[in-house]
Amino acid sequence: MEFNNDLPIYQQIMNMIKYDIVSGKIPSGQKLLSTRDLAIKLKVNPNTIQRVYKELETEAVCQSKRGLGTFVTEDDEVILMMKETLVDDMVKTFIEGMTKLNYSRENIIDKINCQFEKGDQQDVNIN
Amino acid sequence: MSILINCINLNKKYMSKVALEEFTLKFEAGKIYGILGPNGSGKTTLMKIIADLHKQSSGEITVCGNKPSHETRSKVAYMPTENFIYGWMKVKDSIAFYKDMYADFDMEKALDLMNFMELDLNQKVSSLSTGQRARLKISLTISRRAEVVMLDEPLNGLDPISRTKIKECIIEQFDENSVMILSTHLVTEIEQILDEVVFLGKGRIVLQGRAEDLRFERGKSVEDIYREVFAHA
Repeated sequence: MEFNNDLPIYQQIMNMIKYDIVSGKIPSGQKLLSTRDLAIKLKVNPNTIQRVYKELETEAVCQSKRGLGTFVTEDDEVILMMKETLVDDMVKTFIEGMTKLNYSRENIIDKINCQFEKGDQQDVNIN
Repeated sequence: MSILINCINLNKKYMSKVALEEFTLKFEAGKIYGILGPNGSGKTTLMKIIADLHKQSSGEITVCGNKPSHETRSKVAYMPTENFIYGWMKVKDSIAFYKDMYADFDMEKALDLMNFMELDLNQKVSSLSTGQRARLKISLTISRRAEVVMLDEPLNGLDPISRTKIKECIIEQFDENSVMILSTHLVTEIEQILDEVVFLGKGRIVLQGRAEDLRFERGKSVEDIYREVFAHA
C-alpha cells in the first residue's frame, strides 16, 4: 500500500479499513488480521496498527474480544452511518475542488450529468 | 512504559572533534526509534556508546538500569556497518559462532530467518553477495532475544527486494519488551516502521518526536522534514 505523506499513517489505514467494510469487501462480524500480520502486510509499525484498532474500537466500528482478536461490528446501523460519512466527505471534497475552479452549482451538476452520459455511451460501445 | 536506555547530557569527543554533544533522551521498551542524520552526525557514535564499544567523554548513560559494561553487553544486540563475519566461515558456522557467543541466541529463530532470507547454510561467507551478507548480518543480530536491538544502516546498498525482506523481518521479529534503534539516512524507506524519530545533526538533537505527530503537525512526510532540517548540512 502506498501512503500519502501528509496524513498520519494510522488515519490512512483506518480509512482503508472503513472503506473495505462499507463496500462489503470485509463483511460485518468478520475477524480482522492480527496486529502483527496486518503490520507485516502493510509494512508499517505494529504500534501503528494497534492504534488503528483502538481508534476503530472507540468509533464502535470494531470490537476486540479478549484472546480472540478484533472483529468488525455486526451493527448495520454503525456501518450505514459510516457509509454516509464517507460519502459525504467524498462529495464535499469534490465540490470544494470544483468550486476552486469557479464551477457554480449548476455547472457542477451539468458536468456530472454530462460525465454520466459519456459513461453510458462507453458502456454501449463496449457491448 | 519502561525505559531501557537513559542518556543524560552525553558528550563524545575524538581528540578535538565533537561527535556527540549534550545528547539527552530516554528510549522506551516497545518502540522502534529511527536515528536520522547525514553522514558524520553522530549516529554510529551514539550506538557504540550504548553498545559499550566507546566511552562517553562526559555525561551519564544507563542501559537496562546499569552503566554500560560487559553485563549490559549481554542485553544489547548491535549490528555495526562493517562486515564483521569471518569470510572463511560457512553460513552455518557463523550461526554456531553466534550461538557460542551469546546466551540469548535463539537457534530456531535463526534457522527460520535463514530460510526467510533465502540464505544457503552451506555457502561460504566470503562468496556471499553484498545483499546476502547484509541479510546474514541482520538475521544473526535479531536472532538474539536482546532487550536492546540496534541496527546501524540496515538498508544501505541493498536492492529493493532485500530491503523489503529486511523491513518485513524487522516488523515480524520486533518484540514489545525490547527497544529497537535503527540509524539511516534512507528515510523514505523506513519511516513507516518508526514510532519515534530523532534527527541528529553535528552531534546534537535537532528535532525529535513521534513520527505520526510530526507528520500531522507539519503536513509532511518524515523524509520531507529531514530535507528541510538538513537543507544546509
